[in-house]
Amino acid sequence: MLNLSIKEVSLALREGRISATELCQKCLNHIKKTVYLNAYITVTEELAMKQAQAAESRLRRGKPRGPLDGIPFSVKDNFCTENIETTCASQMLKGYIPPFNATVVQKLLDQGAVLLGKTNLDEFAMGSGSTDGVFGPVRNPWSYSSQYREQSDQDPESDWVITGGSSGGSAAAVASQSSFFALGSDTGGSTRNPGSLCGVVALKPSYGLLSRHGLIPLVNSMDVPGIFTRSVYDAATVLGILQGCDERDSTTVPTSNPVPNLPEDIDLRKIRVGIPKEYHAPGLSQETLSQWGRVADLFEKAGAQVQEVSLPHTQHSIVCYHVLCCCEVASNMARFDGLEYGHRSGVDSSTEAMYATTRHEGFNDVVRRRILSGNYFLLKQNYQRYFVKAQQVRRLISQDFAQVFRSGVDLLLTPTTLGDAARYCDFIQEDNRTRSAQEDIFTQSVNMAGLPAVSMPTALSRRGLPIGLQLIGKTFQDWNLLTVAHWMEQRLNFPPARFLRDASEVDVLGHQRKQTTGL
Amino acid sequence: MLLHISKYIITRHLKRAPNIYHSNISFRRIWTSCQRCQIQPQMKTKRHVSPEMVGVVGLEIHAQIHSTTKLFSSSQVKFSAPPNSLVSFFDASLPGTLPVLNRRCVEAAVMTGLALNCTINKKSLFDRKHYFYADMPAGYQITQQRLPIAVDGTLTYSHLGGKKRNQVVTKTVRIKQIQLEQDSGKSLHDDYRSQTLIDLNRAGVGLMEVVMEPDMSCGEEAASAVRELQLILQALGTCLGNMSEGQLRVDANVSVHRPGEPLGVRTEVKNINSARYLARAIDYEIQRQMEIVQAGGTVLNETRAYDQKSGNTVPMRDKEGLQDYRFMPEPNLPPLLLYDSENVPEGLDPTQVVLIDRLRAELPELPGIKRARLVETYGILPEHSFILVNEDGLVDYFESVVKETKAEPRKVIGWVMQELLGALNQQNLRVSQSPVSPSALAELVNLLEAGRISSSAAKLIFQELWKSPGKSAEQIVVELDLGLVNDREKLLRICQTVVDTHPEQVRAIRSGNKRVLNKLIGEVQKRTKGRADPALVRSILEEQTS
Repeated sequence: MLNLSIKEVSLALREGRISATELCQKCLNHIKKTVYLNAYITVTEELAMKQAQAAESRLRRGKPRGPLDGIPFSVKDNFCTENIETTCASQMLKGYIPPFNATVVQKLLDQGAVLLGKTNLDEFAMGSGSTDGVFGPVRNPWSYSSQYREQSDQDPESDWVITGGSSGGSAAAVASQSSFFALGSDTGGSTRNPGSLCGVVALKPSYGLLSRHGLIPLVNSMDVPGIFTRSVYDAATVLGILQGCDERDSTTVPTSNPVPNLPEDIDLRKIRVGIPKEYHAPGLSQETLSQWGRVADLFEKAGAQVQEVSLPHTQHSIVCYHVLCCCEVASNMARFDGLEYGHRSGVDSSTEAMYATTRHEGFNDVVRRRILSGNYFLLKQNYQRYFVKAQQVRRLISQDFAQVFRSGVDLLLTPTTLGDAARYCDFIQEDNRTRSAQEDIFTQSVNMAGLPAVSMPTALSRRGLPIGLQLIGKTFQDWNLLTVAHWMEQRLNFPPARFLRDASEVDVLGHQRKQTTGL
Repeated sequence: MLLHISKYIITRHLKRAPNIYHSNISFRRIWTSCQRCQIQPQMKTKRHVSPEMVGVVGLEIHAQIHSTTKLFSSSQVKFSAPPNSLVSFFDASLPGTLPVLNRRCVEAAVMTGLALNCTINKKSLFDRKHYFYADMPAGYQITQQRLPIAVDGTLTYSHLGGKKRNQVVTKTVRIKQIQLEQDSGKSLHDDYRSQTLIDLNRAGVGLMEVVMEPDMSCGEEAASAVRELQLILQALGTCLGNMSEGQLRVDANVSVHRPGEPLGVRTEVKNINSARYLARAIDYEIQRQMEIVQAGGTVLNETRAYDQKSGNTVPMRDKEGLQDYRFMPEPNLPPLLLYDSENVPEGLDPTQVVLIDRLRAELPELPGIKRARLVETYGILPEHSFILVNEDGLVDYFESVVKETKAEPRKVIGWVMQELLGALNQQNLRVSQSPVSPSALAELVNLLEAGRISSSAAKLIFQELWKSPGKSAEQIVVELDLGLVNDREKLLRICQTVVDTHPEQVRAIRSGNKRVLNKLIGEVQKRTKGRADPALVRSILEEQTS
């Protein structure tokens, strides 16, 4: 039951094949069984059961609120949830309980969806591994799939792979089948990257389509709430509910069109698919490259026009992103001073000393470095050279996309990541900044331009791990994007993960996990 | 509802500054300070300061926007509410909250810009200005540094000059820009317990920062410009303008130089909470700088605070040393776009956008126009028009009286300036608190015009009206028997008595000292309680003493 899509489980709920409380209980049990993944920071068991009961009584009366009524989901721990601790995986916000729900969370709750808990991430969403949070790294559920284990002869405790990030907890929750869908956030690839490495559908909607109110910001001008599901159809269902203007977020735009249905079959002959040549980047794995080629062929065979396109400024995206991100981080993090909320240092010799130690204790190295860099870039004498220049480059990157789309291309097909998931022990050899620069290479420029993109689970690598490809659409053409993604999904036959259900092994892993966190 | 703020924010009422309610008080005191300003050059020569040095004054004025809610949140705006009772999640900078621009504040800024002859920017932008301060919880202020809502305006103001200080001198100061920005909260330092109490009620209230170019030269000019701005804001209703409640806060940039030479190093004088102190602070600062320069010293570029007790400016403890505000565009607010009715883009609801031309059409009568109209319509003196406009409600009062009486407006203005204002000032009352209503005064003036009472009786009746507001002038005339006595027979008898009892004076008159007649007239008025027809009395007495 837990491996069903939203569409399927929603039908099961309506037909009474399972009750909402049973379903919720199953998910909660599964979270406990997979606690070693470290996907969740907070599990709201009691509240979830209450919500499930309410959904159950609606379903029993035959009056569900919609397709999500009674469906268990989870939310990245950088979305505010009323009366539920929201930490951003940071010492700074440990114990912080927001008094309001993020708009996207509220919309899901209003639909009767059942919130299971808050998922793990890199501190303040700064990272691409979900390894740099105060609650420890998230493990990719595929580490414990028979597909991966059959290829590996090492101890599962030493060769588990990362989820990618920063929304790794949400990706793991959906991939490990403890949540039917999950919210992430995507600033430079934070939804698509872990979606790709965990083999789930990961949608980054157009900037302005979904409200950011209640999403604790990383880069306001690039952040969007992301959606993790097991199918494109499900992603469309969730998008349909979440999209729309929010008076509390002035950057949202009105969506007048009613939510369309995804057609089962489309005529691809009218579609032009661009293959950006700059995405043949150094470090791109052979396997990913060949999957990219395979899917391009798939489109071509179906009658689509597939052509090479150029996005010449993409190469500058990483450094440009670095400057803009640091600047906004420096600004956004200024509010964490220990006065109104969050961590406060015991040092109280002066207000300034209190600020300094609070911020030193509250933020990890990654956050502090970005704050320092950002403040440097924003200094009066540097502003033109860094911030303004980066904004200009951002515009060029944006124009690259606009030009390609203007030439008649409907969407772009690219890899999502360089390769499949890295082993944790390999991943942590490099520092966060280098890793982010490497990992976000295919995803970042999309955020610069505010475009919609979706990472699609495509195939398994020789290591038995997921490889994802990304479709990039025109701005606010999210539905066209999903239409093509849906078509693509039907033809990929991405294999489901076969998790080792051997209770003893899971127990062993869980036990080991407890020991390590106990330190 | 809130918050974990309570950790630091301890509920405790902030002490209110002693209240100077009446705009008229501060206004009158401006003139006091003007006199100082005039005296200054003499002081300078006495101290051998080069006479051709002049002060240069620019102003930055923060005007709190009069609106029911804050600039970017829906919390209420109210003075002296219990601490931290008007704080939304956004005001407390809870993570994940976003600014939502208050249209009323935009309209206020546009109206103010139009009233100050500014160019309204159809596109303006918001920026973040960063600094750590406990009463600014986000660590930055949202302001309009790069592209403000209004630029390049002028403010024409006047003050009384000349030897008798009764000539109206008119000057103009350029307005560099008007920008929308957030107010900060308030910190209260409790040195005894070494803690800081923070009240966020004011945090996020909308401000219009009006930047005036350094076109002024002394405290008097600055105070007059501020007063004029205050009147304009009040006429527009965009700011209540009460300086003592912090609704209008003025920082002065002051420097000195010799005309033709580059401007001197400037200081910024802060902490000025009344027009009176503004003039004093600026004049003190000009004098101080002149003395430094004269003595061969250098003026430091610093922020100084005005100390009300000593009347001096003193260096402010430099908050954080050299400040770099690390300005950055506010990413959560799209550009602020304004339109004229005819070019609202399709798809936009005209009721949901700010229309410049519509606001222009709705502008009320501004003080300058009002004064000109008063002089033109009623033939009153320009200085009287100033006083009328300066006193809140006085123009309406005056015009109501004029409407209800046949007397010439010039006579009415005398009553309003002398009797009414005199009595109001004596008791520190506002015009709206006057016990004598406009119609009561009109009735009184009508009685005088009709020759039914003497002018001295009229003054007496005014006093009575003041004491017992319910009564009418007519009633008092009857009750106190104050009607004009023009019964010739009766007056003849009284005059005869006076003549008979003042033989010496009569002798003096007869020997040619005609002025003594006034003494006898006074005696007659005394016996008639001042209600005898003075012309009649004079002619009778002249006859009787000839």
